[in-house]
Amino acid sequence: MELNVTDKEMEVLLKDIFEQYGYDFNDYTKASLTRRINRLIALDKFPSFAEFRFRLRNDPDYLKRFIEEVTVNVTEMFRDAFFYKAIREHVIPVIATKPFIRIWHAGCATGEEVFSMAILLKEANILHKSLLYATDINPNVVEQAGKGVFPLARMKEYSQNYIESGGKHDFSSYYTAQYDRAIFDRELKERMVFATHNLVSDSSFNEFQLILCRNVLIYFDKNLQDHVFTLFDESLETLGYLALGAKETIRFSHIGKRYSQLQKDKIWQKIK
Amino acid sequence: MAKDKVGLIIIGGSAGSLEVLLQVLPKLKENFSIPIVIVLHRKSADDSLLVDLLSSRVSVPVREIEEKDPVNRSGIYIAPADYHLLFEEDGTFSLDYSEKVNYSRPSIDVVFESAAGVYGSSLVTILLSGANADGTEGCKVVIQKGGITIAQDPDEAEVAYMPGQAIAADAVSYTMKIRDMISFLNAL
Repeated sequence: MELNVTDKEMEVLLKDIFEQYGYDFNDYTKASLTRRINRLIALDKFPSFAEFRFRLRNDPDYLKRFIEEVTVNVTEMFRDAFFYKAIREHVIPVIATKPFIRIWHAGCATGEEVFSMAILLKEANILHKSLLYATDINPNVVEQAGKGVFPLARMKEYSQNYIESGGKHDFSSYYTAQYDRAIFDRELKERMVFATHNLVSDSSFNEFQLILCRNVLIYFDKNLQDHVFTLFDESLETLGYLALGAKETIRFSHIGKRYSQLQKDKIWQKIK
Repeated sequence: MAKDKVGLIIIGGSAGSLEVLLQVLPKLKENFSIPIVIVLHRKSADDSLLVDLLSSRVSVPVREIEEKDPVNRSGIYIAPADYHLLFEEDGTFSLDYSEKVNYSRPSIDVVFESAAGVYGSSLVTILLSGANADGTEGCKVVIQKGGITIAQDPDEAEVAYMPGQAIAADAVSYTMKIRDMISFLNAL
């Protein structure tokens, strides 16, 4: 029988992690967080909750694993091709008029979406005047993202996504295949800055024309979502854009009224 | 279990299950007042198609789930493609983009297990036609928590494997043909 943490145990665990390490998971949605923690306990074969808790409290290296496994790092290049098509057709022509473009990928995971964006910017001839900030709570994935190396086995699917997003070039011209890896061009990487950033506790660090935060807010409860929306609002220029995941919305948030949605896409422009 | 206590119905299906839904759901009585969640293995491009197909045939509202939508008293809710669907204690839906389970996202196992944790004995799940073993583990958890699990009769299913797996694992309260499902649901 698999171990399932109780609500009480969950409370104890999150309190430990906050007090000891400063990571605050209290406002994460419970269903997903509980499932991820149960999964980790099963993966690492802890015989009891007490032993899991003991390990977390006493082994800072294990906390790194906890962060990596409990937060979701699944991503892909040009995920939701229609979304990238909308960015290409409606957002890029507007931000292209700026002398200097700053874009923030909040919750970048292993970086596939950042490289997708860099490709769009390059094809619009504005990569040279852009800076892409890619951040994540998880130091390990940020390091991985900075390498720009992705599994070669996924390239066929990504190439398909790229074409559906309106890409006109040969997708394989953006990487070099080496064994089972696709190494993306250095030129794309040169305009990227990678850093750890916790949306729960860290503050705004710049002003952007475009912020992308896709499929991160689904793991946050309403309070934390509102907190993050405030952070994004403070970090966006007037007329800047906020892009969310396919099933996320700012409609019910306190900033919603000051943003206007681009047609049916999950892209909003800050109007005041 | 007293039949008046059913709080949620989840129908999971894969290959060959859309046709079953199109036969069952339009036959539900007019004032059907238990929420029904539909979880199908499908491509994301089909999202609005399924809502459109069902909307024109049923009397209750049909909508695709967005994150944090409340589970209302009636209506048909479609799990979006490419997300796992979870249930929160406060009566809302939660979405999750973590690894596929049984090569599937949404995974029927994940949905059934999560709902069983929240709805316990007031949950009814129905597993339809499919070529995948998804759903069997979920049915076991539903039973363990006191809920009712139904599998489509494999003889009638277009692809017998999925309901067959759950039946073989002894994780099914009732095996039903389409016409029995209709009368069972309308009697709830």
